[in-house]
Amino acid sequence: MSPRRHTVDAFPDADELSDPLLQVTDLTTAFRTPRGTVRAVDGVSLSVRRGTTVGVVGESGSGKTVLSRSIMGLLPPHGVERSGTVTFAGRDLTAMSAKELRSVWGLQIAMIFQDPMTALNPVKRVGAQITESLRLHLGMDRGEARQTAAALLESVGIPSPEKRLRAYPSQLSGGMRQRVMIAIALACGPRLVLADEPTTGLDVTIQAQILDLLGQLQDERHMTMILVTHDLGVVATRADEIVVMYAGKVVERAPTATLFADPKMPYTRALMDSIPRLADPSGTRLATIAGRPPELIDPPAGCRFAPRCPWAQDRCRTSEPPLRTAGSEAHTFACWYPLTNGRPSVPVTHDGVAP
Amino acid sequence: MTDPGAPLLSVDHLTVQFRVGRGTVQAVSDVSFDVRRGETLGLVGESGCGKSTTGRTVVRVQRPTRGSIRFDGHDITAMRDRELRPVRRRMQMIFQDPISSLNPRRRVSEIVAEPLTIDRTGTPAERAERARHMLSSVGIDPDQAGDRRPQEFSGGQCQRISIARALMSDPDLLICDEPVSALDVSVQAQILNLLAELRAQRDLTMLFIAHDLAVVKNVSDRVAVMYLGKIVEIAPSDELYRAPGHHYTAALMAAIPEPDPGAPRGQTLGGELPSPLDPPSGCRFRTRCPAATERCAVEEPPLVEIAPGHRVACHFPLAGRTATP
Ligand SMILES: Nc1ncnc2c1ncn2[C@@H]1O[C@H](COP(=O)(O)OP(=O)(O)O)[C@@H](O)[C@H]1O
Ligand SMILES: Nc1ncnc2c1ncn2[C@@H]1O[C@H](COP(=O)(O)OP(=O)(O)O)[C@@H](O)[C@H]1O
Ligand code: SF4
Ligand SMILES: [Mg+2]
Ligand SMILES: [Mg+2]
Repeated sequence: MSPRRHTVDAFPDADELSDPLLQVTDLTTAFRTPRGTVRAVDGVSLSVRRGTTVGVVGESGSGKTVLSRSIMGLLPPHGVERSGTVTFAGRDLTAMSAKELRSVWGLQIAMIFQDPMTALNPVKRVGAQITESLRLHLGMDRGEARQTAAALLESVGIPSPEKRLRAYPSQLSGGMRQRVMIAIALACGPRLVLADEPTTGLDVTIQAQILDLLGQLQDERHMTMILVTHDLGVVATRADEIVVMYAGKVVERAPTATLFADPKMPYTRALMDSIPRLADPSGTRLATIAGRPPELIDPPAGCRFAPRCPWAQDRCRTSEPPLRTAGSEAHTFACWYPLTNGRPSVPVTHDGVAP
Repeated sequence: MTDPGAPLLSVDHLTVQFRVGRGTVQAVSDVSFDVRRGETLGLVGESGCGKSTTGRTVVRVQRPTRGSIRFDGHDITAMRDRELRPVRRRMQMIFQDPISSLNPRRRVSEIVAEPLTIDRTGTPAERAERARHMLSSVGIDPDQAGDRRPQEFSGGQCQRISIARALMSDPDLLICDEPVSALDVSVQAQILNLLAELRAQRDLTMLFIAHDLAVVKNVSDRVAVMYLGKIVEIAPSDELYRAPGHHYTAALMAAIPEPDPGAPRGQTLGGELPSPLDPPSGCRFRTRCPAATERCAVEEPPLVEIAPGHRVACHFPLAGRTATP
């Protein structure tokens, strides 16, 4: 083995194996802009146990991508303030130098982006893009990297991999490009994969294939995964636990079955109800969430969801509900008037989600 | 003189081919369907199966290679631009990417009034007033939005603006080409409800195109399932869900990410749409079909009625679903 080659031993767990692989504590990420400070991620805490999948769900602009990038340490060099800690395998990533982080990216934690067309280099052949990180991180020679790249493409279900290595990204279908992205992300055997809307924009059939593939690779490689999406349907059968984000904050977190059976936060329920269900008769009116998420420069006081919440009371508009537990430690939510089995405890105060 | 019971739109044996290099793309192959007045027909299938080409050919942005299109009793297949102009006003189209389908240099009020401006309908003041009214009816505040430009709006708001624009000429037929595919589920629900309201208020007839069968079913009275340029199944929405006859329809249903952790995860359809330059022989779906036999490779299954209004093109339609012989 070449001396340059990193292995998992180069990054030993500093904690117990029973501890979560990733522990994010009070993470805040704010951008300074001419119009003011955008607090895109605001005091987020979450933990991910080894080998599990955590789904992170919320509407566009709720801070999911910034959270993922902030965990990775992949943020713009200027105009960003980050506080809080990101503990991965017992080490705080926020305390690492850029050089140390480079030994984490790809090798320990990898990210899969929503749009492979912008994440891939359009003028470079697929093969070169995969072998690049194999040679850089794992110190492989050209031939070895080439063989490994072909094997990787095969493992992500790409037919005639040798031929595809010579293709440019634009010559592949959307689904094939996302498979290439996955191959690149997994090239160096990361332990944690952050998949940021990996199937948004794909056909439902291809989405199912990509999600199946991620699940299968996760099992084979004992990977831990964070699956980011705006669609609760995507994570319903694929995540062990779900974290719901709204306007930069975690508003509810629970094991998947619990979240669907007993959502506490009205926003969670509203997200569920807005999805058309195949079993509903045609013409069924969908429940919608009135309005849009708030600006993060000057978010509303109190509960950030209050302006859109059908059950908001005066208290919601003045005082911010803290995260508290519902029954078990595993289920937490932030709401003054939580739902019980999906039903409200107070009368509807304005239009929004159908009760 | 038009018969009120006659369909508003009749597409007959429509074939659309594109010559590329030395090959021919079979984008739409012998597709026939009717859309009755006030009805919404859904068109569902994977990217590249010919949905947009079908929609574009109906509004005659695209010329058909063969077949005919009748709109409100008139054969518009070969009409010249001048004859087409009044017809085009009565059919409008909205698209998947609402932001890029709106002119970024124009104000929202101008964009919405434009169809009337082009036709020189009414005075500028009348046009502006109608645009304001239309914006309100799609849930956009004209006082706040009228002077702004499309980039200042979210995807959902831009889709509302393009709907307002499409409705300015008071069309009979609205073709919605993946209008919600680029939107969040929460915004998708708002747009689907808006379309349902507008349809009821204005007696609209719609052709609704999407790749998600749950979305299509929600808005459509009937659904046509397309695969590689062909309609493989067509049925009333609820019937299609209850008793899908085609293996591809079943696969599309299984692919929907249901928001239910207990839902059984169906068998995922493997592979991708084959090249329309060289479609498979026999049944075009056979290369991905779990039930394919040798017969499927040599004999093309015709679209046959298996129940009233329910037609399927498959040699071995799903078991127990063949109600009529
Ligand atoms: N580089 C940046 N500068 C300023 N604001 C940003 C930047 N990146 C993201 N934001 C803002 O942060 C918020 C959260 O964005 P994002 O994490 O992309 O949301 P999501 O992924 O949930 O759609 C948005 O309001 C977005 O405009
Ligand atoms: N102008 C064109 N020239 C060549 N091929 C085209 C053209 N327009 C569409 N196609 C091809 O026709 C097929 C059907 O395309 P389209 O109607 O856009 O499918 P869908 O809307 O279902 O995704 C695709 O293979 C597409 O590449
Ligand atoms: S009830 Fe109050 S606290 Fe709970 S979601 Fe609604 S506005 Fe927020
Ligand atoms: Mg994002
Ligand atoms: Mg299309």
